[in-house]
Parts: sequence; C-alpha cells; structure tokens
Amino acid sequence: MATTKKYWKSTAQLDDSNEIVKNLEQNEFASPIPSDEFLGNDEAMESSSTSRRDFLKYVGFSTAAASLAACEGPVIYSVPYVNQPEQIIPGMANYYATTIANGYDFASILVKTREGRPIKVESNRDAMYRGHANARVHASVLSLYDNNRLKTPMIKGVESNWEDFDKQVADQLSLLNGKELVVLSQTFASPSMNKIFSQLKTKYSNVRVVTYDAVGEDAALAAFEARYGSRALADYDFTEAETIVSIGADFVGDWQGGGFDNGYAKSRVPKNGKMSQHIQYEANLTLSGSNADRRYPVTPTEQKNVIAALYSKIVGGGANVSLSDKVAKSVEQTAISLKRAGSKAVVLCGVPDQAAHQLTIAINEALRSTIVDTDSPIMTRQGSRNSVSALVKNMSAGKVGAIFIAGVDPVYSYDDSDAFAKALEKVSLRVSFASSMNATAVKCNYVATTPHFLESWGDTEIKKGHVYLTQPTINPIFKTRQLQDTLLKWSGSSQSFKDFLKETSTAAGSSWNQSLQDGFYKTSVVVNGAEEDVEREVISNSAALSAMASAKKPSGYELTLYTKTGLGDGTMANNPWLQELPDPITRTTWDNYVTISQADAEKVGVINENVANGALDGTYVTVTLDGLQRKLPALIQPGQAAGTIGIALGYGQTAAIQEEMQTGVNAYPFYKNGVAVQTVSVKDAGGTHEFACTQLQNTMMGRDIIRETDLETYRTGNKDNFNPMPEVSLNHVETPVTSPDVDLWESFDRSVGHHFNMSIDLNACTGCGACVVACHAENNVPVVGKTEVRKSRDMHWLRIDRYYSSTDSFEDDEAKKDGFDGLFGDNGSLGGFGELEIPADNPQVAFQPVMCQHCNHAPCETVCPVAASSHGRQGQNHMAYNRCVGTRYCANNCPYKVRRFNWFLYNGNDEFDYHMNNDLGRMVINPDVTVRSRGVMEKCSLCMQMTQMTILEAKKDGRMIKDGEFATACSNACSSGAITFGDINDKESEIFKVKQQDRMYHLLEEVGTEPNVMYQVKVRNV
Amino acid sequence: MAHYEASIRRPLVTGDKTYSDVTRDIAAPVEGVANKQWWIVFTIALIAFLYGLGCITYTISTGIGVWGLNKTIGWAWDITNFVWWVGIGHAGTLISAVLLLFRQKWRMAINRSAEAMTIFSVIQAGLFPIIHMGRPWLAYWVLPIPNQFGSLWVNFNSPLLWDVFAISTYLSVSLVFWWTGLLPDFAMIRDRAITPFNKKIYGILSFGWSGRAKDWQRFEEVSLVLAGLATPLVLSVHTIVSFDFATSVIPGWHTTIFPPYFVAGAIFSGFAMVNTLLIIMRKVCHLENYITIQHIELMNIVIMITGSIVGVAYITELFVAWYSGVEYEQYAFLNRATGPYWWAYWSMMTCNVFSPQFMWFKKLRTSIMFSFFISIVVNIGMWFERFVIIVTSLHRDYLPSSWTMFSPTFVDIGIFIGTIGFFFVLFLLYSRTFPVIAQAEVKSILKVSGSKYKTLRENKMTSNAGASSGDPIAHPSE
Repeated sequence: MATTKKYWKSTAQLDDSNEIVKNLEQNEFASPIPSDEFLGNDEAMESSSTSRRDFLKYVGFSTAAASLAACEGPVIYSVPYVNQPEQIIPGMANYYATTIANGYDFASILVKTREGRPIKVESNRDAMYRGHANARVHASVLSLYDNNRLKTPMIKGVESNWEDFDKQVADQLSLLNGKELVVLSQTFASPSMNKIFSQLKTKYSNVRVVTYDAVGEDAALAAFEARYGSRALADYDFTEAETIVSIGADFVGDWQGGGFDNGYAKSRVPKNGKMSQHIQYEANLTLSGSNADRRYPVTPTEQKNVIAALYSKIVGGGANVSLSDKVAKSVEQTAISLKRAGSKAVVLCGVPDQAAHQLTIAINEALRSTIVDTDSPIMTRQGSRNSVSALVKNMSAGKVGAIFIAGVDPVYSYDDSDAFAKALEKVSLRVSFASSMNATAVKCNYVATTPHFLESWGDTEIKKGHVYLTQPTINPIFKTRQLQDTLLKWSGSSQSFKDFLKETSTAAGSSWNQSLQDGFYKTSVVVNGAEEDVEREVISNSAALSAMASAKKPSGYELTLYTKTGLGDGTMANNPWLQELPDPITRTTWDNYVTISQADAEKVGVINENVANGALDGTYVTVTLDGLQRKLPALIQPGQAAGTIGIALGYGQTAAIQEEMQTGVNAYPFYKNGVAVQTVSVKDAGGTHEFACTQLQNTMMGRDIIRETDLETYRTGNKDNFNPMPEVSLNHVETPVTSPDVDLWESFDRSVGHHFNMSIDLNACTGCGACVVACHAENNVPVVGKTEVRKSRDMHWLRIDRYYSSTDSFEDDEAKKDGFDGLFGDNGSLGGFGELEIPADNPQVAFQPVMCQHCNHAPCETVCPVAASSHGRQGQNHMAYNRCVGTRYCANNCPYKVRRFNWFLYNGNDEFDYHMNNDLGRMVINPDVTVRSRGVMEKCSLCMQMTQMTILEAKKDGRMIKDGEFATACSNACSSGAITFGDINDKESEIFKVKQQDRMYHLLEEVGTEPNVMYQVKVRNV
Repeated sequence: MAHYEASIRRPLVTGDKTYSDVTRDIAAPVEGVANKQWWIVFTIALIAFLYGLGCITYTISTGIGVWGLNKTIGWAWDITNFVWWVGIGHAGTLISAVLLLFRQKWRMAINRSAEAMTIFSVIQAGLFPIIHMGRPWLAYWVLPIPNQFGSLWVNFNSPLLWDVFAISTYLSVSLVFWWTGLLPDFAMIRDRAITPFNKKIYGILSFGWSGRAKDWQRFEEVSLVLAGLATPLVLSVHTIVSFDFATSVIPGWHTTIFPPYFVAGAIFSGFAMVNTLLIIMRKVCHLENYITIQHIELMNIVIMITGSIVGVAYITELFVAWYSGVEYEQYAFLNRATGPYWWAYWSMMTCNVFSPQFMWFKKLRTSIMFSFFISIVVNIGMWFERFVIIVTSLHRDYLPSSWTMFSPTFVDIGIFIGTIGFFFVLFLLYSRTFPVIAQAEVKSILKVSGSKYKTLRENKMTSNAGASSGDPIAHPSE
C-alpha cells in the first residue's frame, strides 16, 4: 500500500507558496561554500603557516592512522543458515548409513556428519555382513577432502564444464563406426550398474564391459566358478570354527577382500574352555600368521605341496608329496586336527593357483565344513586378467573405438603398464572416470570427474542377496558427476541415477526409505548385465593334485606380493592417515620394502641397523624378474620363510599424489598376469635406505607385558597359574601390589557417578589398525610425516605394539630371563639380554594396543608443575592443553610412554603440508576436539567428548544411561570386539563383567599406577 | 687478632706481600687495560654466546622439535646442561659459606671468584628450565602468583616446582652473599678511582661503604647470618634437583640415594670448575701469591674425596639394582653399562671415579698442569653423569616397544656451547671489573698467614719499638 502521508517540520511548510521554504528546499547550504574566497585569497594562502611539507605530514599521518585503524585480525565471516535445514542442528551429529565400494574395499558404514560435513566413518553394526570398517575405510573420509581431487571435468587436460563435455563425447561416440566401446571398470557388483550397462548396450551396439581388479582373485574365482557355476568367492563365518587351517591366505588381513576378522575374533575368545585353533602355513609374516596358534614358514611351492598332502590325507588320492620332516609332521597333526573338528573345520587357500583352490574346495567339502558359505558367495571380486590382456590386444589392434575407464588406474596398476599405455593411445576416445588426475586419467583425452563415494549414490551386492546402498552425505563439493549419472545420460536416459537406483531397489522388493536408513536390503532378484565371457580352464581334481604334489622349488627367490593394511591396492595413496599408519607387522610407515629372512639377508648382504637416534636403516636390494629390475630397501622380517621375499603393492604412485605421499616403489610390474607369486632374483644394490618405524625394539625381553597362557593351563581355572597378581615384599611377607598396605596413596571414593574403564582382549585383537585410524580421525591427531616418524615423533594416541618372541615362544623368553645366573657365562644376564633383543627366525607374535592407561595413581599428574595433567571424577586422566607449558616431565614419567608432544606447529604449517594445512583438508576436523598448538602435550582422553555427549543426551532425556551407550572411537572401530568400554559403577555393564574375569590384568600392575585400562590374558590354543 | 699460627702451616699468601701490595695487586686488573689475550678469549666467548642465542631464538620461534628429543626421550641435553650448570654452581657457596662456618681461611683467596662462578653458572642453569618448555612465553605460570585464571594454581606436588623455588632462592641468597663480601672491596676501588665515572660507579656498587667500625661489625654479622642461610642451600638445591628424578617411577631415576649422591657430585664438579677457572686466572691476573699451589692442592683433595663419594654412589646404585630384585631396575643398570650408551657410562666412570684417584699422589695434586687437566676431565665426566642418568634411563624403560635412542642436533649443541660462551662472557667481564679476590678478607689473615709476617715471626724479631706500635711483627725494631 503506497503511503500518501506527508510529514512537515513547521506550519510554514504547509503553505506551498512560501518563498523561504522553497528557497530552503532548493539550497542545501544556507550560504554558498566560500571556496573562491578561500582559495582565491592569495595573500592569505601565502601567509598561511601550513606549508607543503606540513600538508604532506598531515596526509601521511591520516593515511597511517587510517591504515592502522584497518589493522585487525583476519575476519572469517560465518554465514548463518537463512532457513535452517530440518536435519541439521549445530553441534549435533547426524549419522547416515552408506557403503564404500571402491573396487578394493567394500563395507557398509555409518558416516558421522557435523553441520553437513562428513567427519568420521563408523561401522554399521546393523549390517549382518561386511558391516565393519577397516583402517582404510575409516580413513576414506579424509580422501573426500583431498586437495588433489579434480574440481571440474577435464577435456584434454583443461578444465571444462559438463555441457561441452557431454557434447564432445557424444559427437565422438557417434563416430564409432562399429568399433568396440569398452567399459574397463572396477568390480561394481552393483545391480543398478548392471542395468545401466544393459542400457548402454542397447544404445551402442558394440559395447563390452571388462572388469579389472588391481589386486585380483582370478584363481579363486576360476575354481569357485568351476565348482559352483558362478564367478564369485566363498564366504566364511569363523564364529563357530574349531580348526582353521590357512595355506598362504591372510584372511585376518585383506585376503579376498577381507572382512572375516569379526567372526574369527569371536572364535578366538575362549568360552567354556573352548576356542578355535588356527594353523597357518605362509611365506610372508602376515596378520593371520601373527595371530595363529601354530605358524609354519613355508615357501609358496611348499604351500602347494602342503595342500596336496592335506588333500591326500583328508579326501584321499594318495599323492606322493615330498615335504621336509618338520612340515610333513605338521601336516599330519593338522590333518588330525581338521578331522577332529569335522564340519567345524575349514581350510583356506591363498596360493594363486586354480588347482590349489580346487583342492581346497574339495577338502572343505569332504569335511562338510559349515564355516564355508557357497550359497551366498561374495561378489566383490570379479575382475579377469584374461579379459584385460585381451583388451590390451584389441586396443593395440585398433579394434577399440572408445574406452571408458572407471574406478581403476591400469596405467599404474597393470603389470605391463607401458603396453597398456601404448595400446590406450590407439583408442581415439578415452574417457577416464576418476576423481583425480591419476596415471590413467593423464593418458585419457576426457576425464569425467567423479565425486567421492560420500557424495554419491550407489548399490553394491557385496554378498549374493545382500545389496548395500550408498547415499551421499554431503552435496558434491566440486563440479563432479558420478559415473552412473554420466552413463545414464550418454545412453539417452533423462532419469537421474538417484531415481534409477530407487527404481532398481524397489523392483528388488525393498522399502526404499527403510533400506536407505539401514544401508542395505535383502533380495533374491538377480540383475545380470556385466557378465563377460571369461575363458574357463577346466582342471580335474586328480590333475590338480598331481600338479600341486609335484610343484618343485624354483631356483630363485619366491616373491609373494601382498597388500598392506595401510595402503591396500594403493587407491587411497594420497591419504596421509594411511601413509602414517604403521604396518601392523613391521611397524614401518610411509614405505614399502622387500621383506627378507635373516638367513637370506646374510646371503644377499642385507644389513638392518639402528643409527644414533635409534632409527632403522636398511640396505637396498635389486629385485629382478625376467629382466625387470626394481631397487627397493630390504627389511629383515622375522618369520619370513627362507628362500622367499615379500613386497607390498600399492606404493610408488606419482600421478595426482602430493610429493610427501609419493612413497615406496611400485611393485605392480612384478604382478605378472595377476599372479601374486613370482620367482625373482635378489641382489645387494648398495646404499642405505632410511626407514620410519614406530617401534624399534621388537622383542618383549622376557618381560611380563603381554600376559599369555595356553588353553590347557587356562582350562585349569586357577588364576594363579596363568594370571598371578604381582607381589611386593612388605616386612618379608609377599603382598599383592594392589593391597592398600603397600599403597602410599589415599584413595578417593570412586563409587559415585560414572567411572570409566576399558578392557582390551588380547585374544580378540588381531592388530588390524582400524582403531588407530579411528582415533586419528576422532581426535584430530596430526600427521607428522616420514622424517618426523623416523625421529620417533609419531603422534598416534593409540598404538598397537607388536612383539616377536626371541626364542620359540614368549613363555620360553620369560623362562630364559628367569634362568639368568650371574652376569657372565652361558646363562649370564649380560649376554642373555643381548640375545633376548633379537627376534627368533619364526617367532611367536603378539599385539597389544596401548593408549593412555588413565591411571588412578598417575605418575604424570604428580609431576606437572602447572597441574595441566590432573584426574577427573570419572576416572580419566585429563590433559588441559591450554594450561600446558610443555615441560614434558609427564611424558618422561609415564611408564607406558603414551604421551605425545607437539614438537612443532602441526596445523597451518607449510612444513607439515598435510590435511591440516589446507582449508579443504581441515573440513575433516572434529569440531568437538581442540586442535593442539605447538609446545603442548597431548594423549588419549578416552574420547571424553563422546562420553560427555552421551551423559548430556541422557540428562536431556531425563533417563539412565544404558550399558553400551558409552563408547570411544577405538571401541567403536574395533570389529573384532576386542575393546570393551563402559562404566564400572554400573554393575550390570559388560565392562564390569569383564573386569571380574580371570583373564583380567593391568599393564605394569607392579608399578602401582592402578590403570583404568585393563587387558585380558592372551590364550593360545597350541 | 693476629693469633699464633703454627709454623708448620704453609703461608696462605706468599711473596712477602704487604697490605698495600694486596691492594695494588687486586686492583690491578680493574684499573689496568685489557690485554690482547683477554680480548681474544672474550671475542670467542661472545661469538659462542651469540651463536647460542641464535639457537635459542630458533628453538623458541620454531619449536622444541629442532632438538633431538622424541616421544620416549623427553629430556636430554637440556636438563643435562641444567643439572650440570647447577652442580657447578655448588662450589661457590660451599667455599664461601660452609668453609666460613668451619673457619677455613684458605677460602678467602678463592671465594670471590668461586661465588662469581656460582652466580654465572646458576644463570646458565636457570636458562634451561625456561627454554626447554614447549611454550616458554608461559613460563611465569610455574610461579605461584595470583592470577585471573580462576582457581588455577601451581602443583605443589611437582619436583619441577620445587626446583623453581630452590634455584631462585639459591640465586638470590648467593647474590646477596657475594655482594655483601664485595662491598669493602668495591669501596677500595672507589677510593682509588681517578676518574669521576669510575668513582661514581663503584660508589654505587659499594652501597656507600664508609669503613667505619660499625660497617665492619655489620659486615661480619651479615656474613655470618648469610653463611648460616646459605649452608643448608648447598645441600638443599641439588637435593631438590635430584628429586626431579628420584620421585619419578622410571627405573634408573627412582633412586633414594640420589640426594646425597647429587650433592657430592655437585661439589665435585664445582670444585673442578673452580680449579679450571682459577688456574687460568691466577696466571693471567698475576695472583699466584694469593691463589697458591696449596689452594689448588686443597681443592684437589676435595675433588678426590667427593669423586670417591660419587664412585661409591655409582657402585651402590648397581648393588641396589641387583639387590632390589626389580627386573626393570636391574636391566636399567645393566643397560647403562653395556647397552648402546655404554660409552657414555664408561666415560663417566673413567672421568669421575678413576681420574680423581690420581690425586692421592702429592706430586700430581700439586702439579698445576695436571690439576688443570683433571679439572677439565671431571667436568666432562660430570656432564656425562647427567646424560647417563637422564638419557640412558629414559631410552629403555618399561615397555620395549617404546625404546629408542637420542642424537643431538646442531641446536642442542649450539645452545650448550652458547651457555659456555655466556658463562665466560660474564666471567671475563667480572675479572676485569670486580675485585677478583676478597682483598679485605685476605688482609685480615695477612699477618697470620702471610709469608712475610710468618717469616718475620719465625725469626722472632721483636723490639720495644715494635711493641709500642702495637704491632711488633710489622714494625720490628731496626
């Protein structure tokens, strides 16, 4: 409504004809500005005392004053929501169920988002299968904020937009002229993807889909297909297993995609005096071998022989296998063990040979093993090397007119990458679907930039009948478009992939909203589409048996290629969390290397030695395979079978990888035809390599640190036999160290309120490292880089100590130490301790996660001059970063050495150019946890921000806290259930129960620190 | 006052010095011009100091990471240097306070410089606890000062806090004690000064000393009271420093023998440093008649005794480790002697326990060159002792997974050299501006222990004339 109101200042204004008012309205200034008068008066000007210099002074002063007034700290404008999104409450986290399916890792996960930013990956415990995130999956959230990601689609290396991109590609596609359109992709195992491929095939006549796994399972797939008719992998649930025999299969690690550790760990915890027995035959020391009750280091050839021998003993066939006495005897025992366990037994095979897998299938069938699930197999590995090599041939022959490369980087990961790259050049339309300018993308003329999986939709049939959904947890950060959307568009569909996916899921009989919330749905609908013709080799079991039995040791070294817990196949090499994650076995970071046995090291001339600051140096060796040479550092690996070496894949990438992360040597060229075992020669190459290891002393020195016992002793039920309380002498009477009589301290009443305790079951812990990365992510732990790790300055709040026995077992180590008599002589402690420092050739291995033990009588708390370290009411040992002046006395006085010092400023510092040094990377920072400044001490807080949140939530709801609500990042991340966390003042809680167990002990109990973290004695079923 | 002194006692002041000789000799370095050697040494010291200052600036601006420390070894050269300098600082107070109470007159020739050394070395020592902090700009937080942080207060349980009190008390008491002794000597220089500037400066420094009987009486009283105050400090400071280690739980640190062991070690290293400094100074400043072979010999005896005490302490530690039956303790000591840092342990053993034993031989302990050599060796040994205690205990403690080693960076070394430079800068300036011998005190014993008077007395030359003057020795009848 327009207003007609008029405001007046005086009654005179009401009279329109009033001259004075008119004049006043027209002249703003009552009298003219006397500029002429002022400037025109030369006399006055000249007589003015304001000289030109004065004028300049005034100008200078006012400029300086004005600029000084402008000097303020940088202002960052936070824009508030104009309309607050329904779901987002500042300060409150939202969780979304989604699925990672990057071709190597497949898992159903929950993603924690804060103010719309995904900041943390959690396991999806509702998922029946593959609901556990491993270390890499935990770290994948950081790859979302990778500064090296492409931000727009690229045409011939130049940033572009999607309109031009689509137009150009469409034009090119119309010029195919009957040539093949090939989609070279990772394993998607995706029903909707299959449908899209079908659509693509309808639109373009000559479409071929080639599936390629960088680290493939061709042999296992072929054997499974030969026996069960589908290209998939058997699933295993070890929960009920009694005897597990693995021949070369690192099933606790990433064998066949991993994800078995959860069931395995359950079978390893003794219940009613029973636990599984695990026997491992392997060449490299793996996580599985480390966790095994019995481990036999055998070469890959011997592994074949062992399979043949086992087959003969269980299935029959009477093959004549020549094995060394020790191995032959072990096979006999193993066979007895298998037969005794019957259907609760299982044999696993990691030998990259179809025959070996066939025999293993036969053994498991003969045992009627219920551990193996072949009805609902795993679909996450479908790649075929043969198809890829056929593709390379076709490309070279010019038969391929267009290639879409999705989710794989063959120019980096294909064994003959030069041939691939050369062949690729012959294809006129090369489209890479990648999120960074990787080695393959560089060779392509089009890069259809794809988003991170946390910005994408998708579905993955990880296990037959179990489809897991991927949903975005953030709007695409850059101008990216996911593969499915692009392909849909190019095949002429106007549907968005989200709708397409919804349609597919609904068609499979699921409720869209419910499955999206759960992250998965079950279905019996099979969507075919990607199937390609793979050459099938048929081998009879008898032929397989004779091939395995007659396998002869080659003349050179047998190389077993493996993938590391940190980098896997190398997809996430540009992720500093993973680079800095210590290898669980060697505890080396930022590197790959040749693992070699002590005996072979001496033959080749490899030396590993510690330099003045303790860091490890190793000799370089040249590894040669058919004229292909690579120079790598060598690390002497206890447990490595003599005559074998190991090299990790996934390293040595340079394209789209930040310089700091360009670590190690690319071992894919050794991965000939996708076979992980090769025969190579090894020579000393001279020179010294600098390793960055987080643990430099590898044995336990016969100390009572990881307590362990055998099942026999444990069964007696007498705690004193396997878990005695340390004692001190009080007036010549042995008194338990926990007795108040030997305690100098007065105790507080800790029975009121919450009192947090954590228990770590050493039987369940497999050493997988998921907790380490989860802790990194939750607590904004800085990455310090290789040179700093080498200086023993890693910042991990939670570390997993790995010990090797110096004799055959830890028990013998302790017996040896206790048997020392005097300083000198054969039994003298002088020489004896020196011997105990050296790991055995085939040592027992034990893992122990160690974080702040939150001692009730904390040595760190008494020594801090400014009381920055003090005890909380809830049992935690607090660290007030703001108060810390950085004397490091607390760290020195910590018997567990868990405190970490900020030697430098680790955020916003170009010297530490990792995610905390750029705005994108900093988006992963957990807003609930302070980012520490330099010069302060930090350490595990038992994720106090999480327990406080739980308490506040319950308080808000006015309810009691249920057991299981309290959690820490590590206890959430632990897929094997080794970490239990809770309130011991809740007598019904799980933590209270495990505290009463016979196996419970405290680390270094005799020091009298009264930790709130406890461990459960490791029981070995030997 | 000139009481009888047995003729068998060797004179403490040789060279037939008279009162005016004493005045002249001691004022000479202050009144004279610095020679070339002084400038050379001063320049070297200054360069070292500035280099150290650069290293400190680098540390504070970049972070403690520029040192060689790591997650297991949180202290190394920093606290080694700290304890070493504090230890050196012990001789001064012992000489001036304890020997005063015990009426050891030989102290008079050396107490001034010894105490100067104390103050200068405590300044060096005090640097380290500050710069070793991750955030040294917040160092004032260790002081119990009322603040705006609410109820935040220091932690009185922490031995580091006790250090703050111990060191600051020690520094202030030593400074006051030193300055009190300096008053009559400053006054002497003031009275001799010829330029108004010098007169003004020394007038201020001498606090208006008038030389009246009342001044002297108060001077004696204050000296005695301060000696009484300082004596317990000699024992307490290093006891408290040793608590940094003794109250911890780390094997090799957690040792009840530390307080006496540290005090003995401190006196040991302090006397060695006094020997190092005075052997040079007596030569350069022509004070051979005041700081005699006898002084050096006496100090050598102290070095020998304290060195042996330290040796007993080392062996007791080994014994207790064995006797305790604690495996971590046993391993800690086995590792010290035979582990990766065996060379540090055996350097310490050789320098501290074996080398002072040479002092049993009179020929050696009265040899100036040899004394100087041993004094250097002892200082090296005592540095290694602290390094051994700190680094070899930390580098292999309870959990073998954390074991690692330490290697210093150029910054670690630079800061240490810098403090040595700083120390010598201060000491060289002192030697040219302060009366380096407590001349007033020396004069008080001149008649009893001066060679001139001793000879005269021994010749029993007495006369009436002398008697009438009240000083038959000084003025014997012709």
